[in-house]
Amino acid sequence: MSLIVAQGVDFSHGGQRVLQGVNLALEPGEIVTIVGPNGSGKSTLLRLLIGALRPRKGKIIRQPGLRIGYVPQKLHIDPTLPMTVARFLNLPHAVDPSDAAAALKTAGVPGVADQQMSQLSGGQFQRVLLARAILGRPDVLMLDEATQGLDQPGSASFYRQIEAVRRDLDCAVLMVSHELHVVMSASDRVICLNGHVCCEGTPEVVSAAPAYRELFGTGTGGALALYRHEHDHGHDHNHDHHHHEAAE
Amino acid sequence: MMLDDFLVRAALAGVGTALAAGLLGCFVVWRRMAYFGDATAHAAVLGVALALGFGTSITLGVVIVALAMAVLIHGLSGQGASMDTLLGVLSHGALALGLVAVTMIPGQRIDLDAYLFGDVLSVTRYDLAVIWGGGAVVVGVLWWHWSALLTATLSPDLAYAAGINPRREQLVLTLLLAGVVAVAIKVVGALLITALLIIPAAAARSFARTPERMAIAAMAIGALSALGGLRAAVMFDTQVGPSIICVAVALFGVATLGAKLNLNRAA
Repeated sequence: MSLIVAQGVDFSHGGQRVLQGVNLALEPGEIVTIVGPNGSGKSTLLRLLIGALRPRKGKIIRQPGLRIGYVPQKLHIDPTLPMTVARFLNLPHAVDPSDAAAALKTAGVPGVADQQMSQLSGGQFQRVLLARAILGRPDVLMLDEATQGLDQPGSASFYRQIEAVRRDLDCAVLMVSHELHVVMSASDRVICLNGHVCCEGTPEVVSAAPAYRELFGTGTGGALALYRHEHDHGHDHNHDHHHHEAAE
Repeated sequence: MMLDDFLVRAALAGVGTALAAGLLGCFVVWRRMAYFGDATAHAAVLGVALALGFGTSITLGVVIVALAMAVLIHGLSGQGASMDTLLGVLSHGALALGLVAVTMIPGQRIDLDAYLFGDVLSVTRYDLAVIWGGGAVVVGVLWWHWSALLTATLSPDLAYAAGINPRREQLVLTLLLAGVVAVAIKVVGALLITALLIIPAAAARSFARTPERMAIAAMAIGALSALGGLRAAVMFDTQVGPSIICVAVALFGVATLGAKLNLNRAA
């Protein structure tokens, strides 16, 4: 049974249609990456899936009792709120100190438990968020642009950490990213989103799909340089879904 | 009997109020709800006027109007629009309407000062029961909801992902705010309730390392302010409510300065 299913989800914000007819199913243990340009509704989709937003149309079905480990894009802690790492890891549920220490180690930040959250570097902060997410022994780990603000080696090592965590916990991973070349290799499945699902499939399939190349074809560098040929047809919103059409 | 002494009653009333306000005040500071506090407190003046007009208990009038204001604000805050101006309109509108309404009540001229600035020296045993009963409810509910409230305060999305509804937690806080206003109006008065909420919490922030320690420190600082303010008021023959706040401000200054010095020494 799928962990989370989105069925024909529409979402609007301030009269602007953000998502339209989005279908998605997440299976146990798989790593799925959602890619898409800015404003394509990636974060919105994730927030719909965790229940922070309600779809205007369509349904989100979560497996009963599903445990979600959510790592937000950024977390602003009000400066008036004192918060040690150790305390943060105990929210909302108290955890065993040895479990907390182990989670910090797994996430790659051993020994920061006594520090204030506000003293952490950007990379440490994201890893602490990850540690907190895995402490709940989640069925699915959801990461929203979790490497924003990290440099290239930093985000690459962060994603290696994610893969290690996935092996340890045997959970599904759903992540949103714009760092295609880094994420792609680690994913079982990639969903290309631009208000609707443009195309989806294995990383190889998606990176070869025309819809994907329309969105990311130029200026993304890295692994995408492999697909250097130009596609100059305009991107209209009525085009068909290019589903598993790598062979075209 | 001890409670026969009006100073003892005043001290108990002040400490009871300060404990509840200090604890709730931490959330008011963390969530930047100071203006919510003002609006709810100002609505209490309208509650006093209505209670006098209808001849019901003043506590009841204050609780009902403060609760109504709290629920109204909560509903409006879900609309996503900028709340600042709207809160200002509601807050001062309720205050002005209350002040006007009080003068329109026929018969006895009431001493409005008691509700604007507090009148802790005249608290009765009944008032004490309201203060400690109300305070116990506030502390109890906060204790019970602590983890969920803290998670929702950190990030609504983290709360949703953990199966906590942050909107519901916010409603709990808003309702508790109305409770504290009802409890505190007799002690510091409607105009200074927000001060009693945020100043002890702000003072506690400078040396606390966890939310819980900040909450406990805020309660202690609040209680200290209440006792110190009462003592100062008796010594210098000043109004008790404002004196309590003055002591709290002084403690805030000391705590902030002390933390700064400490930091410089450590550096």
